[in-house]
Amino acid sequence: MIEMQDVWKEYPNGTSALNGISVHIQKGEFVYVVGPSGAGKSTFIKLMYREVRPTKGHIFVNGFNIERLKDRKIPLLRRSIGVVFQDFKLLPKLTAAENVAFALEVIGLSQRQIRRRVEDVLTQVGLEDKMNMLPSQLSGGEQQRVAVARSLANNPAVIIADEPTGNLDPDTSWGIMRLFQRINDRGTTIVMATHNRDIVNSLRRRVIAIEQGIIVRDEQKGLYGYDE
Amino acid sequence: MDMMSKILRHLREGFRNVLRNGWMTFASVSAVTVTLAVLGLTLILAMNAQQMSKYVTNQVQVQAYMHPNASEQAGEQLAQKLRSMPDIASVQVISKEAGMNEMKQEFGQYQDILEQYKSSPLPVQLVIKAKDPSKTLQVANEVRHMPDIDTVRDGKSYIKSLFRTVSVLRTIGIVFVIALLVTSMFLISNTIRMTIFSRRREIEIMKLVGAANWFIRWPFIVEGMLIGVFGAVVPLVILGYGYHVVYDRIHDIPLILSINLVSSGALIAKLAVVLLGIGILLGVWGGVMSVRKFLRV
Ligand SMILES: Nc1ncnc2c1ncn2[C@@H]1O[C@H](COP(=O)(O)OP(=O)(O)OP(=O)(O)O)[C@@H](O)[C@H]1O
Ligand SMILES: [Mg+2]
Repeated sequence: MIEMQDVWKEYPNGTSALNGISVHIQKGEFVYVVGPSGAGKSTFIKLMYREVRPTKGHIFVNGFNIERLKDRKIPLLRRSIGVVFQDFKLLPKLTAAENVAFALEVIGLSQRQIRRRVEDVLTQVGLEDKMNMLPSQLSGGEQQRVAVARSLANNPAVIIADEPTGNLDPDTSWGIMRLFQRINDRGTTIVMATHNRDIVNSLRRRVIAIEQGIIVRDEQKGLYGYDE
Repeated sequence: MDMMSKILRHLREGFRNVLRNGWMTFASVSAVTVTLAVLGLTLILAMNAQQMSKYVTNQVQVQAYMHPNASEQAGEQLAQKLRSMPDIASVQVISKEAGMNEMKQEFGQYQDILEQYKSSPLPVQLVIKAKDPSKTLQVANEVRHMPDIDTVRDGKSYIKSLFRTVSVLRTIGIVFVIALLVTSMFLISNTIRMTIFSRRREIEIMKLVGAANWFIRWPFIVEGMLIGVFGAVVPLVILGYGYHVVYDRIHDIPLILSINLVSSGALIAKLAVVLLGIGILLGVWGGVMSVRKFLRV
């Protein structure tokens, strides 16, 4: 499902973000990516949907060979992945429902399919009452849930989330986690970068710890392992 | 989404783009308007010049003057011989007296000057028309070597200078139009670049959620196309209507200049095709340039 072989990433300004990462994530797994700030978690995640390209190494995601992927085929890779961005990436002039609809519209779904999916996913994240509000009228946590709803909308095989509970209070965080768990139970692979020690330590899943661009720990049902 | 709703969406988004950058759009529409107005004007002049030069070329005749002492009879004999030549359409013999009368008419009120001549000092003259106007020079050269012929006027220099003037005008027009086309293209491309910039967040999200590259590009190309169409409409209406009015007023005044005007219907149809066509091409080109340059998908 997701395979990385000796992946390196050096940004154009010379920063080495990843220094030889090899990992294999199977279909249906639930993976936490942990590590200190600046360790390379976001970079690791961005490589999967080719927002950044590796300097060296091989990456395969959902059957796509990332190195060889033609520009024309990148959209297909991205449609197979639902991404929750660390900064949400919502459009300020569109309502919650319109933001979700936008993502479906631009990949070519029909208005009928879009209407059904939008209602469905916004209900799943508990925003059925706030569908018509603009991001500016929503709290940080609610905006984050819109971002989660959008990542689910196209029924992707993999959900990749960069700190999806970063701005949420514990209750809402757990709401999102229950939702991820439910999606995971249906067979969707979930990879999430997080700093939330409570969640990692209570909802025990595979933990990949990255420090200074290398994997220092990879355990099934692991613990968060950092004191903050 | 089916084809139709995709096309509708791109059109809608294209329109939205046009509205979004009001002033920039206005600037580039104006540039296209000026460009196409000059192009249209050049076209109108060129079409009429061409029609006129065709007419003039058709009117060109070879005038052959016989030796002063050659008789009218000799003229008739020569005319007979010329009429049998394949390239020649007609030969008219103008007698010494007829030539004199013609000259008197031309002199009008000053014809008294001519009274001093007892008999016409003019030679017998042959007016020869070639079947094919382009063969006029060839015919003139053949006639030049015939017996009893003194001088031959073939209208060469006249045609040449006319053609030279027309072609100079056309070249100036073309150079001017090309410079304007490049300027407008640049402005259109810049306008679209502004739109791309103001929609960069949307574009980023579209890319990240997997919108197809062409799906992202189309609205900007539509934007260019719309700028081209809007820019074509104003010069088309003004030039078309203006020409129609001018044509209506002068086309039946009996002057070479006016009776040979291209009819307004035919001209407006051509003008519409050319201006809209070039407007759209220009816009699409500007659109393609800017998505290529500023929209790394
Ligand atoms: N676009 C970029 N250009 C240059 N350097 C970058 C870029 N993005 C990240 N980096 C650098 O790469 C390293 C890893 O960054 P990354 O964002 O992957 O860390 P992270 O683990 O996600 O951190 P955090 O927990 O704070 O989100 C850092 O040193 C960062 O400064
Ligand atoms: Mg990060």
